[in-house]
Amino acid sequence: MLLAAGSLVAGLAGCAGSIGAGSTAAATSPAASASPQLSGTVTVYAAASLKATFTKLASEFEAKYPGTKVALSFAGSSDLVTQITQGAPADVFASADTKNMSKLSDASLVDGKATNFATNVLTIAVPPSNPASISSFADLAKPGVKVVLCASQVPCGSAAQSVEKATGTTIKPVSEESSVTDVLGKVMSGEADAGLVYVTDVKGAGDKVKGIPFPESSNAVNTYPIATVGTSKHKDLAAAFISLVTGSEGKKVLGDAGFGAP
Amino acid sequence: MTFHIDATLRDRKLDVSLSLGQAETVAILGPNGAGKSTLLSVAAGLLRPDAGSARLGERVLFNFDGGNRVWTPPHLRGTALLAQEPLLFPHLSVLDNVAFGPRSAGASRAYSRDVARHWLDEVDVAQLAERKPGQLSGGQAQRVAVARALAASPELLLLDEPMSALDIHAAPHLRRLLKRVLTGRRALIITHDVLDALMLADRVVVMEKGRIVEEGATKEVFRRPRSPFAAGLAGVNLLAGTVTEDGLRTPAGAEVGSLHVAGLLDEEAEPGRPGVAAFPPSAVSVFPDAAHGSPRNSFPVSITDLEPHGDHIRVRAGDLAADITPAASAELGLGPGSHVYFVVKATAVQVYAA
Amino acid sequence: MNYSGIPRWIYGLAVVGGLFVLLPLAAMVLKVDWTQFIPLVTSESSLTALGLSLKTSAASTALCLILGIPLAIVLARRPFRGQRFLRAFVLLPLVLPPVVGGIALLYTFGRQGLLGKDLELAGIQIAFSTTAVVLAQTFVALPFLVVSLEGALRTAGNRYEAVAATLGARPTTILRRVTLPMVLPGVASGAVLSFARSLGEFGATLTFAGSLQGVTRTLPLEIYLQRETDPDAAVALSLVLVAVAVIVVGLSYRRPRHATTPVEAAV
Repeated sequence: MLLAAGSLVAGLAGCAGSIGAGSTAAATSPAASASPQLSGTVTVYAAASLKATFTKLASEFEAKYPGTKVALSFAGSSDLVTQITQGAPADVFASADTKNMSKLSDASLVDGKATNFATNVLTIAVPPSNPASISSFADLAKPGVKVVLCASQVPCGSAAQSVEKATGTTIKPVSEESSVTDVLGKVMSGEADAGLVYVTDVKGAGDKVKGIPFPESSNAVNTYPIATVGTSKHKDLAAAFISLVTGSEGKKVLGDAGFGAP
Repeated sequence: MTFHIDATLRDRKLDVSLSLGQAETVAILGPNGAGKSTLLSVAAGLLRPDAGSARLGERVLFNFDGGNRVWTPPHLRGTALLAQEPLLFPHLSVLDNVAFGPRSAGASRAYSRDVARHWLDEVDVAQLAERKPGQLSGGQAQRVAVARALAASPELLLLDEPMSALDIHAAPHLRRLLKRVLTGRRALIITHDVLDALMLADRVVVMEKGRIVEEGATKEVFRRPRSPFAAGLAGVNLLAGTVTEDGLRTPAGAEVGSLHVAGLLDEEAEPGRPGVAAFPPSAVSVFPDAAHGSPRNSFPVSITDLEPHGDHIRVRAGDLAADITPAASAELGLGPGSHVYFVVKATAVQVYAA
Repeated sequence: MNYSGIPRWIYGLAVVGGLFVLLPLAAMVLKVDWTQFIPLVTSESSLTALGLSLKTSAASTALCLILGIPLAIVLARRPFRGQRFLRAFVLLPLVLPPVVGGIALLYTFGRQGLLGKDLELAGIQIAFSTTAVVLAQTFVALPFLVVSLEGALRTAGNRYEAVAATLGARPTTILRRVTLPMVLPGVASGAVLSFARSLGEFGATLTFAGSLQGVTRTLPLEIYLQRETDPDAAVALSLVLVAVAVIVVGLSYRRPRHATTPVEAAV
């Protein structure tokens, strides 16, 4: 009985002071936000490239705050923005680029300001045997090399375009895919000789592809922002999750996966 | 130039051996499921028998006996099939339907159409040449089908109940036509109609359960049928048994039980040999009680059916029938299930060898 | 005879069923920015995608006819061991997610695939080519032709063929002059359905052929890509695709009725 009454009080308190509590939690250190009254489910919409890292962080979050649950939904950032603007019950949105985060804040659906928590750069992915002997970004422009890129309409494609512009290289791709996973898939299956994907994608693919870093990638650094969704009913939980991602736990997990610091 | 077929098909329980002369038309009679259509399909090459051989003139249609098996596909056999339904190709005009055979044989379009016109004229439907099959009546369509079969100049014409799908007005017309075109041709015709057999066939073959049970000249078979089916078609009562000095004794399992039938012996009927006793329904009287005294036969029967037959009533008791006047029927109060006696004079009963 | 024997409540559910299909289409039409419609659908990338879609769909329909007619004839006319399995497998693309079809094609015709290696040695490269798009479309569209034609063949029966054979026609002549003309409505509607299915093919193409303007980016792939940046363009193009599909399917349902009339009358 006593326990039930306690959690009821906690729930009420969480509702009443959500905005205030949330903003303080985000501002202060993760340890300070480990208040015992956190409970319930926080729904996190995250870019597809965050799947591995956020899945890991979610279980760390649940371990840190017993009684909480993290519901994760992964998709392309623009798909997620569409879903949230159509009323999807998201508490946290983590985007793979600042453009999609801006779209959400333009729609007045971001609570406060978004925090940048990671960066990602392009790398060349080749099949393990590297059949076309690619060693530099310029090699991608060689005739006869089957290169797959993202279409310019999607973030990884516009990043590739920036690098091309900055280096004055013109790549003639055999295909312009609509997602980075499709690019990676074509390289993994050996259909393509090379593809431009993110460092984290190569890391996540294990030994099925080989990554060839190139210095010119610094011309297009992709920044990942995270924010509480304006319509969230669990803003305290959202803030706690964001502070975990931006805190030391998040830095470690994201760093291990190949993400750079913001 | 003869046609001979010898075929066994275990699935359909077919086991038949049959020969046809140069210009002979043979009618195949028999109950449903007797294997008549199967025989035609085997002859046409649409069904493969398990064993046997067939020959049409010099051409081996198939030979499954002996070492090297021979199988001639349908289109090389020269056996045109005319089915119950006309089966005219719906997308071709009447003229092109009839020209189909010559065209398939490699003739030019113009020549094939000339041949087609000739045959359409022959079956009196030349005016329908430009129509599509969908615009023909049943009788017209079947005439066109006859023309189409003949235009292919088959060496053997196979007709599978060509009249059965026609209404009673169209059938006589087609029958006359067939009589005309079958003269001098070799043909096998399946029919259920005595009239077809009498008018069109030189010879009849009766099939039952996949085998030929009776064959002979058409008139002879109907005059003195030996199989129940032929007797039924000929409209006579038939009892099978063993010939005696003055008639016939039926076996224990017969329709009327084991009894002696008094009758007139045919000269070929030998006492002690198998034979049949035949008598027309018109010779049978119906009595409520047994009528004794020679020379009369009196069979105890149970009535199964009554049906109009001309201006008489046909009283059926199993395979036996009697024709009596409506007045007599009413007087006797006959109905299905009535136990009565069929009485026939010995002089009306023909006993001949089976 | 006006009696239909249909219970009244059936009409209610039928209306709901109709709305279920029509409402989303109507919603899309409402969403179209009509002032921008013409510029959106006549942009270079849109026209290129539409042209490619029509071209590849026509090619895959032709391929479906070449491969599907014999397949349907064998399935409909000649019982053989394993026929049911063959039919089940031929129909599989109907129920398979197209992306699975794409993966399967990749492992067949891809560079590292079953046939791909030999093809590459022979100098034929299918991956990332328009040929790959046609193969992907044929893979998913073939069952439509086979199903439609096999049904027509079974309905027609083989009695006409038997008669034709006894009239002296060789098997090839029978096929050309009897079988095919008689099932022409089935062939036509099957071809139209195959064309429509090819036109809408997305998953297998994306997986197997890639996406490059003018080479492999068909209209559905263009729509999918436009959606990332320009939802208005995506909606406008979707409407174009719906319009083409409606015209094509509409044609297929009008044609057979004319052509079957004589067949029905004769049978």
